Amino acid sequence: MSVVLNNTAILEYTLRLADDSLILGHRLTEWTSHGPFLEEDIAMSNVALDYIGRARMYYGYAAELSGDGKTEDDFAFLRDEREFRNLLINELPRGDFAYSTVRQLFIDVFNSLYLPKLMQSNDETLAAIAAKGIKETRYHLRRSRDWTLRLGDGTAESHKRMQKAIDSLWGYTHELFELDELEQQLADQRVGVDNTALRAEWLATVESILSEATLTRPNDDWVVKGGRTGYHTENLGHLLTEMQFLHRSNPSCEW
Amino acid sequence: MANESMVLFEVFIRSRRGLDHKHVGSVHAEDSEQALEYARDCYTRRSEGVSIWVVKSEDITASQEDDSESFYDPSDDKPYRHATYYKLPEAVNNM
Repeated sequence: MSVVLNNTAILEYTLRLADDSLILGHRLTEWTSHGPFLEEDIAMSNVALDYIGRARMYYGYAAELSGDGKTEDDFAFLRDEREFRNLLINELPRGDFAYSTVRQLFIDVFNSLYLPKLMQSNDETLAAIAAKGIKETRYHLRRSRDWTLRLGDGTAESHKRMQKAIDSLWGYTHELFELDELEQQLADQRVGVDNTALRAEWLATVESILSEATLTRPNDDWVVKGGRTGYHTENLGHLLTEMQFLHRSNPSCEW
Repeated sequence: MANESMVLFEVFIRSRRGLDHKHVGSVHAEDSEQALEYARDCYTRRSEGVSIWVVKSEDITASQEDDSESFYDPSDDKPYRHATYYKLPEAVNNM
């Protein structure tokens, strides 16, 4: 395989990771100034910033790989819904605090398994981004785990909301462990990660946290997919409209 | 969630070059573990510290304004408790 072709594959892979981080980061920013109380508001905004920072590193690398003068902003603000490749779980509306907590738990456990593998990538830049990200993720997981235990094993109301969030999000977790042809090829070359191999440990960790929090793991009947091929839920379009508006109406805007 | 049901903690942070923990502010939290996390998020975002203590505010016994007469005034007229009160002999003028 030629170097150029491989660069295209790595660019595509990097954009997927960038989109995951940006869209989730944006969803988390929607809590800023709407947090349940001041300290938690700041804590959630910190997590949001971690994700947006991670997105910038991936987009920056993608811009470098594309080699046609594109910048990180072009990727974030000038692509439309069908061009975004984020997994669907990241774009779902922020919901209530229980919903956001459960989504963070699922993704934090995933990243705590995924990033250490990406750190071993043959691609030095991806490995370096993962090495920075894993430190943040360990802290994120500490928070989402604590909140899951607190709310799951809390009041009748908090328990009910947590279980409802788990039941509505579970169908979106399967996509985390899928590999398409490109991802398989990069996993074989030890550039990307074989996500399918992460599911068993993810399940074991999540199940143990849920059971400690007196919550129940749903069955796997309902499965939703489409993010990696650009087929999104109706929520992404609304998110992009809000996120991209300023840049599109003032393309040269700087601050 | 209401802050009234939460406990107030005082936050102390030791900076990278510091030897002692300094009081920086307070946070509300459900328990000390959570207080530690919020202290991290609220007070160390710009690399202010390498070590955090949190202490329940109610565990701190503080002197009162009313106490100041009996606590501090008596030392006002005892300058001999300061080293600078003493005149040094010429022989040790470089001390």
